[in-house]
Amino acid sequence: MITELGHFALILALGFAGLQATIPFVGAQTGRRNWMALGPTLATLQFLALTAAFAALTHAFVTSDFSLKVVVDNSHTLKPMLYKVAGVWGNHEGSMLLWALILSGFGASAGWFGGGLPPRLRARVLGVQALIGVAFLAFILFTSNPFVRLNLPPFDGHDLNPLLQDPGLAFHPPFLYLGYVGLSMSFSFAIAALIEGRVDAAWARWVRPWTLAAWIFLTIGIALGSWWAYYELGWGGFWFWDPVENASFMPWLFAAALLHSSIVVEKREALKAWTVLLAILAFGFSLIGTFIVRSGVITSVHAFANDPERGVFILAILTFFIGGGLTLFAARAEALQARGVFSLVSRESALVLNNILLAVAALVVFIGTIWPLLAELGFGRKLSVGAPFFNAAFTPFIVALAVILPVGAILPWKRGRLAATVRPLAGALALAVAMGGLAFAVGSGRSALAPIGILLGSWLIAGTAVDLWLRAGRRLVRLGRLPRADWGKAFAHGGLGVVFVGVAAIQGWNIEDIRTLRVGESFPLGEYEVKLTAVTEGQGPNYLTTTGEMHLLRGGVEIAALYPEKRFYPVAAMPTTEAAILNGPLRDIYLVLGDRQADGGWAVRSYIKPFANWIWCGALLMAIGGGFSLSDRRLRVAGGARVARTTTALDPAE
Amino acid sequence: MRALLALLAVLVCSPLWAVQPDEILSDPVLEARARALSAQVRCPVCQGESLDDSNATIARDLRLVLRERLVAGDSDSQVIDYLVARYGEFILFRPRASGANLLLWIAGPLMLGGALTGAGLYIRRRQRAPDRAQPLTDAEEARLRDLLNK
Repeated sequence: MITELGHFALILALGFAGLQATIPFVGAQTGRRNWMALGPTLATLQFLALTAAFAALTHAFVTSDFSLKVVVDNSHTLKPMLYKVAGVWGNHEGSMLLWALILSGFGASAGWFGGGLPPRLRARVLGVQALIGVAFLAFILFTSNPFVRLNLPPFDGHDLNPLLQDPGLAFHPPFLYLGYVGLSMSFSFAIAALIEGRVDAAWARWVRPWTLAAWIFLTIGIALGSWWAYYELGWGGFWFWDPVENASFMPWLFAAALLHSSIVVEKREALKAWTVLLAILAFGFSLIGTFIVRSGVITSVHAFANDPERGVFILAILTFFIGGGLTLFAARAEALQARGVFSLVSRESALVLNNILLAVAALVVFIGTIWPLLAELGFGRKLSVGAPFFNAAFTPFIVALAVILPVGAILPWKRGRLAATVRPLAGALALAVAMGGLAFAVGSGRSALAPIGILLGSWLIAGTAVDLWLRAGRRLVRLGRLPRADWGKAFAHGGLGVVFVGVAAIQGWNIEDIRTLRVGESFPLGEYEVKLTAVTEGQGPNYLTTTGEMHLLRGGVEIAALYPEKRFYPVAAMPTTEAAILNGPLRDIYLVLGDRQADGGWAVRSYIKPFANWIWCGALLMAIGGGFSLSDRRLRVAGGARVARTTTALDPAE
Repeated sequence: MRALLALLAVLVCSPLWAVQPDEILSDPVLEARARALSAQVRCPVCQGESLDDSNATIARDLRLVLRERLVAGDSDSQVIDYLVARYGEFILFRPRASGANLLLWIAGPLMLGGALTGAGLYIRRRQRAPDRAQPLTDAEEARLRDLLNK
């Protein structure tokens, strides 16, 4: 019964979305205020209907209702409750429902918090948002309906892919979706602005919080996925340049570019057309990502249920929105006249360079990702593009970005002098070179990669400190009174530096050891000694486990006992590894138990991963920076209005 | 059927038991070369894993063949050629910069060049554009002086 109600609510949501896509829109075109005013109400109704549908599906998973096909395919009575809930979005149908729910949630919040927007703009934004909703709800209902029942329900389900039964991965998809779908708001604002033929500082200020929120979620989602891969896959890799990873990385790069270019629109009223184009591209690449993930045209390690029919449907959605957006852009971009004037050496130019590097880097990733497809279709060559290509082709852009970032961040707006700007950075540069030199000495020339990355990372972190210091007018007491946006910028840029250090160190200084070990034996690992004392068999809620007991010694003194596991999930018939990791600020010790060998020993893989945690801490710092920026006074919708009112109130007293 | 194939691929290729202790060469220099090479070669039956990460039987066989060739004295490029001759360029994660692939390799620099040229032209135009900000009127100037001198 609840399932049928959920199904009905889903259809109802499509109806609301259809109304929301037309009535406010027509109202905006014809100037009917009461039609426009229906937008927020319809957005709320659509959101409520989808919440009901999602709740119904969650109910089915929680109660293990095996008359539903998705539940049978992705759940099992023995599965822990957390993963029963996570299982709702751990499959194609449910994840698309979550996608639609988030989409309508963003639309509804534009209705709730958009009171300060001009009614016409708000009506158009809600209209475009609902149009995207119609497309995806139709996609769900016609090709991926989660509420399909089975005639003969089985006794138990097939279980969720064991790799997904992990707290890190349980929350990885929702965050990514919040990010992908959040970019739809930037897209809707861009399309609405093109229809109005008007982009100004106020528009940039309205778009910014949505882009910022989407970017924060994407950052967290990508970091969670990478962290999960690090501890779960059993050899400590954190980024594989897999097509599905690239699909999330491209929108992230475009969103980062969009965040920076919208600052120029807000402060200087320049780069308007470019910013609108970036907003279209950022969401466009979210859709392309969805297509890559769901259609299966490009082989990937992420085993999703792929289906050509679904692929064609998403391709149609993607063509309509990207093609429509770009056509509208081509027709209306002329109307977006820039005002601000700036010279070659200025903050504006630095941000243009930032945008070029980010956008070209994203396009390089895009071309690399679809090249196997193009080469096969166009030239009849079956080939692969993997990590070695991306490392070589992508890295130069990100290195260039790191080199210019600290300088660009403190260049004055409009017109600056390079020599005068660079002078305060001399200390930061000296520090960075010293850190790079130190890294070179410590690594005894093992790899040029680590010292260069650490030099760049230190340059970013020290440059950020200089930026804060200058913003505070070189006075410590004023640091606390800086606007939150300044702190946001500092955290985000500093976080990037921290990521640089982590990636460089782990790439350059990783220590690996693979060997067969009998119980009771030990071996040296770097400055440590690892001893295998026991291997025991055991049982978890829905898996069997083989656990090794290993002791880590330094100079004969034990510093930790670690328990790497090998699990087997009988229902899904899949093995997983649970590496034992001793986390530390300067290095992780990473131990993996392998198979029993013919001679009675155990295969053991062990690693020292220097600075591993810096990668995720850096990403977290970047997200926190985004949060600071988001809470800045000037972005709080009501904040601006309140300030305006107080000043008017004060006027007569003057 | 597709789901079954996907499951099979996951089963066969899970990185759980990738490089095995018994495969490792005693000469550390050769072993380091072998690892570097096998990270660049794709497992022919997996969904996108390198020989280094894959547990498939064929990946193990290829890792062993690769090491045999190295022990026999082949150079890195000879080993790669040997594998490509048998499995096609599909197994190379780093596509060769030949023929149409040149396009892939120069796409980044080309786009960067184009974007920089475009931006340069734009900024030059911006520099010369008349500032459309409205200058202050005489009355406003007077008030501004007044305020500043307070």
